[in-house]
Amino acid sequence: MAVVHEFQYHKPTSLKETLQLLAKQGEKSRLLAGGTDLAVYIKEGLEYPESVIDIKRVPELSKFEVTKDHVYIGANVTFSDILENQKIKNNWQLLWESARSVASVGIRNRATLVGNICSAIPSMDSAPALLCYEAKVHLRNAKGTRQVAIDKWWTAPRKTVRKADEIVLGVSLGKPSDKHAGCYIKLGRYGGEDLAQAGLGLLVTAKHEYRIAWCAVGPIPIRAKKTEKLLDGKALTPALISKAMDLVLSEITPITDIRSSREYRNHICRIMLQRGLEVCNDRLKSKKVDTSRILGG
Amino acid sequence: MAKIKFTLNDEIRTVEVEPNEILLDVLRDKLGMKSPKCGCDRGDCGACAVLLNGKSVRSCLVFAIEVEGQEVRTLEGISQPKLTQLQEAFIEFNSFQCGYCAPGVIISATELLEKNPHPNLEEIKEALSGNLCRCTGYTPIFDAILDVTKRRKK
Repeated sequence: MAVVHEFQYHKPTSLKETLQLLAKQGEKSRLLAGGTDLAVYIKEGLEYPESVIDIKRVPELSKFEVTKDHVYIGANVTFSDILENQKIKNNWQLLWESARSVASVGIRNRATLVGNICSAIPSMDSAPALLCYEAKVHLRNAKGTRQVAIDKWWTAPRKTVRKADEIVLGVSLGKPSDKHAGCYIKLGRYGGEDLAQAGLGLLVTAKHEYRIAWCAVGPIPIRAKKTEKLLDGKALTPALISKAMDLVLSEITPITDIRSSREYRNHICRIMLQRGLEVCNDRLKSKKVDTSRILGG
Repeated sequence: MAKIKFTLNDEIRTVEVEPNEILLDVLRDKLGMKSPKCGCDRGDCGACAVLLNGKSVRSCLVFAIEVEGQEVRTLEGISQPKLTQLQEAFIEFNSFQCGYCAPGVIISATELLEKNPHPNLEEIKEALSGNLCRCTGYTPIFDAILDVTKRRKK
């Protein structure tokens, strides 16, 4: 289908040039990395940018660093890059599992994690992992840099605190220093490519610290603070898990949409929390658990 | 109009494009590559898949101007100088009926076998989860790929 809307195309090769373009064009421009969202928005008339700034040739934005306790993911890093990184697979399981659940190979080869958080669709798979690893978003404009904690990043569906003249350089993630286990549990309508009807990220430490985050069941992804407070410092027992399940409905605010009803989401989120906590518990004991079919096939 | 130069199926091609022209349309209408198809036009169905620098992408979600200096491969390129072992297996197993999804499926399966020469059924399903086929129920497609991996083991 031919695209009706016309725009200018810029292909800066340095960060300086990118920032100059942004300072001049700001709100009238859109940044392009993978384009798996932006191309659809322009095609379907949801966005009418006067210019598109392709950042794929800016070397600083391809930075991707993984150490034992720190990850930095630049704006050009794709979900396939994340999935193919063995250190992420071995040490950052929650992040790896959430990258695996994004769409399909052909999208993951192009779509970036930073693009995912900037599009800010409530069902974005990367959000629970970033919330649990307490990520920081690194922003820059012509005047300087700033960092925003991920739990302050989203303000509404498709809205973030990014200003029009700012670019997201990347996100950095940290993790608990104690031994811990994590998992991402996603409910799609079927096993293959689908947006989440509900998504849950969990990190549990051997000293019973809990980090729990939801996506797709509210206007923005959130940490489940009440559930975390109930669980913190306690070892998991069936009775405790059951108490935690009873708190789920006080934290999430799902709607009914094309993918699922509010009632079904309310029901399944309780089950997801139960199974997710059990998976983390098993993984803490070094048991191998596959989460891809945990909600059925 | 901007002039872009890129490698298409091992040949260097130059073409004039507007920034809003989609790679899929340019490949089909300006460069004569008819194998990538327009299905959903929003990245869900996989009929438009091509290899960009060896990785499968949705050509309906790429602006042609983005591929300046890159390497694009379509089914026309994969089929030269002769059909691959994988393509022969798809014929042998009657894997397709209408054939509209076939180029995309072949692109995805080619990429998979490149990365992982001996995938199991689950891995094949995962790799093809972005390619919709409404004729076959997928079974003859999976059978053909499994057969290729088996033959390669020998």
